[in-house]
Amino acid sequence: MWKWIQRQASPKVFYQTCTKLTPWFLLPFIVLGAIGLYWALVVSPADYQQGDGYRIIYIHVPSAIMSMTVYGVMAIAGGIGLIWQIKMAEVVAKVSAPIGAAFTIIALATGAIWGKPMWGTWWVWDARLTSELILLFLYLAYMSLNNAFDNPRTAAKASSILAIVGLVNLPIIHYSVKWWNTLHQGYTVGTGGLKDPDMGIALGIMFLVFVLLYAALVTIKAKTEVLTREQNSRWVKDLVTGERS
Amino acid sequence: MTKRQNRMALVAMLVLGISLAGYFALKAFNDNLLYFFTPTDVVEGRAPIGKSFRMGGLVESDSVVRDGMKVSFTLTDTANSMQVDYVGILPDLFREGQGIVATGSLSQDVFVASEVLAKHDENYMPPEVADALEKAKQSK
Repeated sequence: MWKWIQRQASPKVFYQTCTKLTPWFLLPFIVLGAIGLYWALVVSPADYQQGDGYRIIYIHVPSAIMSMTVYGVMAIAGGIGLIWQIKMAEVVAKVSAPIGAAFTIIALATGAIWGKPMWGTWWVWDARLTSELILLFLYLAYMSLNNAFDNPRTAAKASSILAIVGLVNLPIIHYSVKWWNTLHQGYTVGTGGLKDPDMGIALGIMFLVFVLLYAALVTIKAKTEVLTREQNSRWVKDLVTGERS
Repeated sequence: MTKRQNRMALVAMLVLGISLAGYFALKAFNDNLLYFFTPTDVVEGRAPIGKSFRMGGLVESDSVVRDGMKVSFTLTDTANSMQVDYVGILPDLFREGQGIVATGSLSQDVFVASEVLAKHDENYMPPEVADALEKAKQSK
């Protein structure tokens, strides 16, 4: 088992695995993306109070969940890199950061766009919104710290510690609406808040779409990162010059 | 202890230490993290009366009185309620029975609001379902 993991984690095998996996994430993403958008925008009914305006949740909720999931993946991959010195875990952590930051920005932006007409304001400093903004700053800090070192191993070490420290923010974001009075509403998912089955299906598909998007982007970006890191190794030179490896 | 176990212990201690620090920080700032106070908080003196603060609750049914841009209504958390006066534009979701958060201050038992925000709940449903739920509630 340990041998198998070590083999998978060698840069060359990891690169090949990524190449093989990318289409398996990308194609379902495109197909399910089309189905999900159709279900979200056409099949699912309008809300009794908000009309069509509520449909932004089909982007807002998946991107918000993913912003936290990706952070978790990033911190755990960083921790694996720290403890077991697996370089490819460091790669996964590093390339996850900008994707997670993008999900966070999407969640914050869609929330603000929804908040203006529904709440009457773009932004409030309640616990949920503030902790999600801190998540964005954690991503930005992780990325700048990771780029501040010339040696990728040192960079991974320093930034992984930061990522693990930032983990404490995840439960705060999740439970913020339960622990404190917030303007942000409580849990919709898991409490039967979506009263129409089509709403639930649409949100489920859209969530899957976001997971696939993340997986596809990680495999694509990880390949670039591996090539950059291993640019002096034999197999990369063979790959670039087009020789059989 | 091998080097790997050593690193594992260090990471575990990092997580533990940060969680503890976070827990105590949140405990210390608990009151400041509340976005709004309820009418009960105000009645029982837990709200910072005299300063500007936020009060949240439900708009009581049949309590909204409009006079041009001036609106006055009763805000309730079902246990206690309080009159709110406001001049300005209300958000789309403002209606009777709706949760709102008002910013303002108390003046002689009336909460004079400078801003009113609607609070949405976690339920999304088509109009038919909303009607059915309403009917079921009334027939009870």
